[in-house]
Amino acid sequence: MRKVIIAVLFSLMPLVSVASEGNVHLDKANIDLNNKEALQRGAQFFVNYCMGCHSTKYMRWNRVGHDLGLTDKQVKDNLIFTGAKVTQYMKNAMPEEEASKWFGTAPPDLTLVARSRGVDWLYTYLRTFYLDPTRPTGVNNMVFHNVGMPDVMWQLQGWQVPVYKTVVAEDGKKEQVIDHLELVKPGKLTPVEYDQHVRDLVTFLAYMGEPIKLEREHLGIWVLLFLAVLFVVTYLLKKEYWKDVH
Amino acid sequence: MSENTEKWNKGLLGWVDQRFPLSSLWNEHLAKYYAPKNFNFWYFFGSLALLVLVMQIVTGIFLTMNYKPDAREAFASVQYIMREVNWGWLIRYMHSTGASAFFIVVYLHMFRGLIYGSYRKPRELIWIFGMIIYVALMAEAFMGYLLPWGQMSYWGAQVIISLFGAIPHWGNDLSLWIRGDYVVSDATLNRFFAFHVIAVPIILLALVVAHIMALHEVGSNNPDGIEIKKNKDANGIPKDGIPFHPYYTVKDIVGVVVFLMFFAAVVFFMPTMHGVFLESNNFIPADPLKTPPHIAPLWYFTPYYAILRSVPNKGLGVLAMAMAIVVMFFLPWLDRGNVKSIRYRGWLYKAFLALFVISFAALGYLGLQPPEPVLTHLARVFAVLYFAFFLLMPFYTKLDKTKPVPERVTK
Repeated sequence: MRKVIIAVLFSLMPLVSVASEGNVHLDKANIDLNNKEALQRGAQFFVNYCMGCHSTKYMRWNRVGHDLGLTDKQVKDNLIFTGAKVTQYMKNAMPEEEASKWFGTAPPDLTLVARSRGVDWLYTYLRTFYLDPTRPTGVNNMVFHNVGMPDVMWQLQGWQVPVYKTVVAEDGKKEQVIDHLELVKPGKLTPVEYDQHVRDLVTFLAYMGEPIKLEREHLGIWVLLFLAVLFVVTYLLKKEYWKDVH
Repeated sequence: MSENTEKWNKGLLGWVDQRFPLSSLWNEHLAKYYAPKNFNFWYFFGSLALLVLVMQIVTGIFLTMNYKPDAREAFASVQYIMREVNWGWLIRYMHSTGASAFFIVVYLHMFRGLIYGSYRKPRELIWIFGMIIYVALMAEAFMGYLLPWGQMSYWGAQVIISLFGAIPHWGNDLSLWIRGDYVVSDATLNRFFAFHVIAVPIILLALVVAHIMALHEVGSNNPDGIEIKKNKDANGIPKDGIPFHPYYTVKDIVGVVVFLMFFAAVVFFMPTMHGVFLESNNFIPADPLKTPPHIAPLWYFTPYYAILRSVPNKGLGVLAMAMAIVVMFFLPWLDRGNVKSIRYRGWLYKAFLALFVISFAALGYLGLQPPEPVLTHLARVFAVLYFAFFLLMPFYTKLDKTKPVPERVTK
């Protein structure tokens, strides 16, 4: 029995560690990679609101088109603003050196951002910009403190201000922390619509992080089924041979 | 010798046998290698380790065809493999999952040796070769992890190499010599690539051959820890032995299929294992100017990393970490019990073993966590228990009340 316990302990070892998150509460993105319309809308939002500064330079335009069910012509007409060919990588026109002068740091490439940050982080980040006059961009962010990025989607979301609450810190001192954000100037979208908009965008970024994911999981089922059949065959073979071992 | 083989084989095989010991090698290591008939679950992991080694070499060859060992291109070339090379994603995930699988299999294989006393006389050299394989495997994994050139690759290497700097007098020169630069750079990446794909694999293969040759020279141990060669029949064949082929080849194939089911489950459904097999920070390209807030090595190094961090002094910490591995080499001479297998040991050994397993797992967990005073104190306790298992072994194995060992293997 002890051996079994030990075996279980060992085999679970890689599972016990939990990626450590910050203290900020992250909202669940609840994305669905199978939703082609959401992906197409997300791609549309991405090229309109993000690609001015950010690239996704490890992906080619026509790969995105192919995976999202768009023809090369649709990609060229609706997504590409730079005159790039559909066979090219999704770079943008902003020179990196200039960009780091403008924003303090060059806007990062976003191909893998959903894998490094996680979809919940992105979903929360894009919805928690708030007015902060001490910042050069006029805004700050709940999950990315003192972020260099301006609130590019303010026209859609509107402006938010922080509502503070007082908490007692460990050393007994009272501290003002942000409790939640309040919408003071509504944007073009209602909060529900804006959340959906961000969810589409995050769905697209999740796809960009690992375009093969759906195919991988689909294939995995067949591989496991094949191995299950192979197990039965090899097990019976073993049993047959071991009949004469006493 | 050619006369003998000619007698039962005249065709092509006979022709080959006169020029190369094909049949005698086959017989010596498979068809007439007599293994104890009572191998259990724990005996799958040797052949599985061999399987994973071959898998890593084959997937590694295909990765090398598209990977670029250049600080400016390495990260992008991995993305090229993941996105544009046909089946590149599968090859890459098999290789990255294979690295963790290798350590899981090897840790279970070593644990088998531990509980059944497989390191005891006359198998000391098998254990020593195995330990060298383990150390070579750690070097292989460490250098391989630099190649994707992500943030964790870079800063993990930076931290580990700087540990050599703790060696008095020539430590800093040594780190400089390893890196080939004052920081981890293109020069480091290039030499790590050379070691990872050529030098260490050759050493590993040679050591595996030595490991198996030593094993087949003395014969396999078994869960009862008794020598089957002491009980032979009229033909000189151990009464409790069965030919490795076909009995254990067909049995090991079942083990291989079960292993592949677990392996495929990870590769196809959770290749990052929630950030444990592939860390999320490693999806950010290496940036020498941006230190990540929390640097931890991959899970298979974290027990030692936790020991390192639990010592307040860096030099002594590095020493403790090194000793945690070195002490394992001496296992055959630390154990002074009069039985080999845990089946016939008393409660004292079992208690120490249980504490050791808990400590190893706990240290592995603590090594992944950001350093906090409470956790560091906890790591200290487990580090002491870890060393106690080895250093007190001569005493508790001697004092332990053992049970009588049977003449023949049990089922």
